[in-house]
Amino acid sequence: MSFFQPRTSRRIGRFGLLALGALALSGCNLVVMNPAGDVASQQADLIIYATVLMLIVIVPVLVLTVFFAIRYRADNEEAAYDPEWDHSVSLEIVVWSVPLAIIICLAGLTWVATHRLDPYRDLPRITATKAVDENVTPLQVQVVALDWKWLFIYPEYNIATVNEMAVVVDRPVEFKLTSTTVMNAFYIPDMVGMIYAMAGMETELNGVLNSPGTYAGFASHYNGAGFSRMRFDVKALDEAGFDAWTAQVADAEQPLDRNSFVQLEQPSIDNDVHYYGSVQDGLWQRILNMCVGDDKLCMNDMMMVDALGGGGIEGLYNRELYRGLCSADNPEGMFAILRPDLSDRAQDITAAMDLLPPETPQMSVPREN
Amino acid sequence: MATATETTAHSFPDITNPVNWFWGKLSWDIFPFYDPLILGTFIVTMALGLGIVGWLTYKRLWGYLWTEWFTSVDHKKIGIMYMVLATVMLIRGFSDAILMRIHQALASAGVLEFLPPYHYDQVFTAHGVIMIFFVAMPFITGFMNYVMPLQIGARDVAFPFLNNLSFWLTFSGVVLVMLSLFVGEFAATGWLAFPPLSGLEFSPGVGVDYYLWSLNIAGIGTTLSGINLIVTIVKMRAPGMTWMKMPIFTWSTLVTNILIVASFPVLTATLALLTADRYLGTHFFTNDMGGNAMMYINLIWIWGHPEVYILILPIFGIFSEIVPTFSRKRLFGYTSMVYALCVIMILSYLVWLHHFFTMGAGADVNSFFGITTMIISIPTGAKLFNWLFTMYKGRIRFELPMMWVIAFMITFTIGGMTGVLLAVPPADYVLHNSLFLVAHFHNVIIGGVVFGVFAGINYWWPKAFGFHMNKFWGLVSFYGWVGGFWFAFMPLYILGLMGVTRRLSQFEDTSYALLFGIAALGVAMIAVGVVAFIIQIFVSIRDRAALACDGDPWNARTLEWSTSSPPPYYNFSHVPNVYALDAWDHMKAHNAEEPQEGYVAIHMPKRTATGLVIAALMTVMGFAMIWHIWWLALVGFIGSIAYGIYHTFDYDRDFYLQPDEVRAIANGRRPVVPAE
Repeated sequence: MSFFQPRTSRRIGRFGLLALGALALSGCNLVVMNPAGDVASQQADLIIYATVLMLIVIVPVLVLTVFFAIRYRADNEEAAYDPEWDHSVSLEIVVWSVPLAIIICLAGLTWVATHRLDPYRDLPRITATKAVDENVTPLQVQVVALDWKWLFIYPEYNIATVNEMAVVVDRPVEFKLTSTTVMNAFYIPDMVGMIYAMAGMETELNGVLNSPGTYAGFASHYNGAGFSRMRFDVKALDEAGFDAWTAQVADAEQPLDRNSFVQLEQPSIDNDVHYYGSVQDGLWQRILNMCVGDDKLCMNDMMMVDALGGGGIEGLYNRELYRGLCSADNPEGMFAILRPDLSDRAQDITAAMDLLPPETPQMSVPREN
Repeated sequence: MATATETTAHSFPDITNPVNWFWGKLSWDIFPFYDPLILGTFIVTMALGLGIVGWLTYKRLWGYLWTEWFTSVDHKKIGIMYMVLATVMLIRGFSDAILMRIHQALASAGVLEFLPPYHYDQVFTAHGVIMIFFVAMPFITGFMNYVMPLQIGARDVAFPFLNNLSFWLTFSGVVLVMLSLFVGEFAATGWLAFPPLSGLEFSPGVGVDYYLWSLNIAGIGTTLSGINLIVTIVKMRAPGMTWMKMPIFTWSTLVTNILIVASFPVLTATLALLTADRYLGTHFFTNDMGGNAMMYINLIWIWGHPEVYILILPIFGIFSEIVPTFSRKRLFGYTSMVYALCVIMILSYLVWLHHFFTMGAGADVNSFFGITTMIISIPTGAKLFNWLFTMYKGRIRFELPMMWVIAFMITFTIGGMTGVLLAVPPADYVLHNSLFLVAHFHNVIIGGVVFGVFAGINYWWPKAFGFHMNKFWGLVSFYGWVGGFWFAFMPLYILGLMGVTRRLSQFEDTSYALLFGIAALGVAMIAVGVVAFIIQIFVSIRDRAALACDGDPWNARTLEWSTSSPPPYYNFSHVPNVYALDAWDHMKAHNAEEPQEGYVAIHMPKRTATGLVIAALMTVMGFAMIWHIWWLALVGFIGSIAYGIYHTFDYDRDFYLQPDEVRAIANGRRPVVPAE
């Protein structure tokens, strides 16, 4: 914990930035080292600490390389020459143990920092000096990576946007990420490090922005022809500004429903910002389970079929029966078709399979995936 | 922002032609000559190719090439062919790098986006694939092939024919990759072709198929070569050469080939599964129907990380030979060097997950793999210190090989540091997929592998050809590469910290232009280095009489220097006896002289064209599979198997070189290797 104290961190941070500044030309915006969000700041500090620790070994190696090369050049007859000297227990202990000691320190730092900055973890603090207010819930944003644009769904506000998102300054944000297409990575350098968004899976990311402004976000994992243009703006607004923004989005006429989502899903490059005034219930579940269009069985239902023993060859024909069924809408429907003989225990069995948690029906995705 | 531009997305032809039973997907519109850049490249390549063919024909060299090189099973000739192949492919891969640097410099300045994304994406994919599989791998395989048998006092590798086959299978992969430039397209997926992007749904064209078949065919060659070299080291060392008397380069060869044999099958299996997804409609890595792309990413990196060490460990071996020779001193800490190699070998299997910390694993898993990655830096650091203490109290001669070593030690150390930095998972969250990462791995691959390759070439060239390399052009090449490296990649570190990701072809922000401009300047300097290297080769050959040397021009320490330069095809007239580490140094210290009599008959393999024929049939099979010409694929597949079986019935594969002939060759007669 102690190495995340703000004052020392800033000081070392400044030292590191100076060193980098010597290399960098003035005017370069080193956003990774100087971000606007607390989580990204801690990640930047970690870069500085790790670099300083490693320099303990790196600098002597560099200096000795140059020094030995000059000192023991062939035409320097004054330098000592000992062609048979090829072993020294004490030196070997030093060259193995000093790096070992540093790696032990670095490993400790890594273990603590990795757990502390686990992207799945709810934020414990807003800034180094400010803990999270217990009354404030994180802002929920569901993020869908499409070819080649980003869709943001705000479940609390029942609105959705394309290629633009807004957050409240100093309010933690909890992202749920998925994709309808290839693998993507969701990255806002000013806010928090990246996490992959993958089809049929839900990943999570927690972050916060500490000062108002407009920041860049983008896809940071190569994903095909529209990759370079798959960017969006993140607006960090105060409470009033955010309310105005949500109201503005809510005014949009078009709803985000299954039809408009299927339309949006078509590949396109360099999309305009687009607002959806409302969001159809259960759409996120359908996106996650890849069954927004009519012709597909939801993945969680497929899993349920498998868990109930599978359909065998008949299953291929039964898919016609399942079509249109979705346990998000009708939790018992699938069970009734597959195992009518066990209908009296349906509730218990589905709960035991952990496919349909009683309150929020959704596919549970183990985070270690 | 402009409105959605569908046109840029689909301004290229998707090569998904319907399949004709005879022609497969081939048709007249598959040639990408609508692109002036490719048309120009095609014309230049064809002109160069025809020029070389014409020159060879005019000089009547085809027969010489066929009998002395293509069908040779001599490990030295095969080693040199690997090096030539790698050098040619270096020029191809480097051309891709020039394109990328120019494109990014111009595009970031808002001047011109001269490559459309479809083309740019193929260029960076081809650059990565070619540089790793067809430049770095052939270079290190060439060194291991050429040097290792000489170092252990063997007359050839354990399976000479297999060695020739391995080379031609690698060549087959090269042929397919080069074909993709002019016939169809190459993958636009990134060098590891991650699904689902590389799956049929998102890459319906032939690009990924070119990728899969060229790597799978070349991969077979690499695996066979790995088995061959391990057996050679285990079974064919000179009498007296116990494990701890083996030169370090031989140790590194052993460790590397164990890594190859243990990891390349993983690559083959992974690519086979992706091939099945694309050809048979399976769902290993698709989004739906139970597929899981994360499995591919795990599998490919279980091969991919050991691969990094497959590249660097032989290079460490090269440095461990050069530093003692040019410091006129024994290697410091031989035993700990050997253990360091072995530790790295084992640890390299326990770190693969650090390539995707950001895929959503939990903190325990990420920390574990982050820490194992850091641990690798301990034996690596120990090796660096051992080279340093070898220089300590030495008499260092700054010949070209040693200069490359010094440049390596400084450059690689920086790259190692940024590598450990990337191993800290929360730091990786902000640096992954960025140009910082790109700068890091070029820092270790150029600063490590490439510098090592040039050190090795300058070091062993006199052994291979009997004359030194030209020093002036060697120096130009050295300063071009080393200086160019710093200019080309330091800006990328900074750009990475500015939040710029890799593989971008379009930019909204012109503030990156200056740094991309400096990087382009760097690549121009490296171009000077590459051209100077080619000139160095030609000038050295031209001035070979003036540069001539004897068997041991560097006053070196290991057995390869005890025979003539170039060595006779059976390497040693008398099998050396080994009594100490640095056997040749030990012999020199005891004034041992090679006897002028007592020659015995030497058992040697005959040359054979089988490897070339099998590889040619495999190339046909690969090409036919790529274009869905099923009947031809079947012909190629059955043909290669049948020819292999036919070859096993050929019992006339070896001969005995009689003592009289050995004496004659030792006294200067030109040797002739009979054919099967």
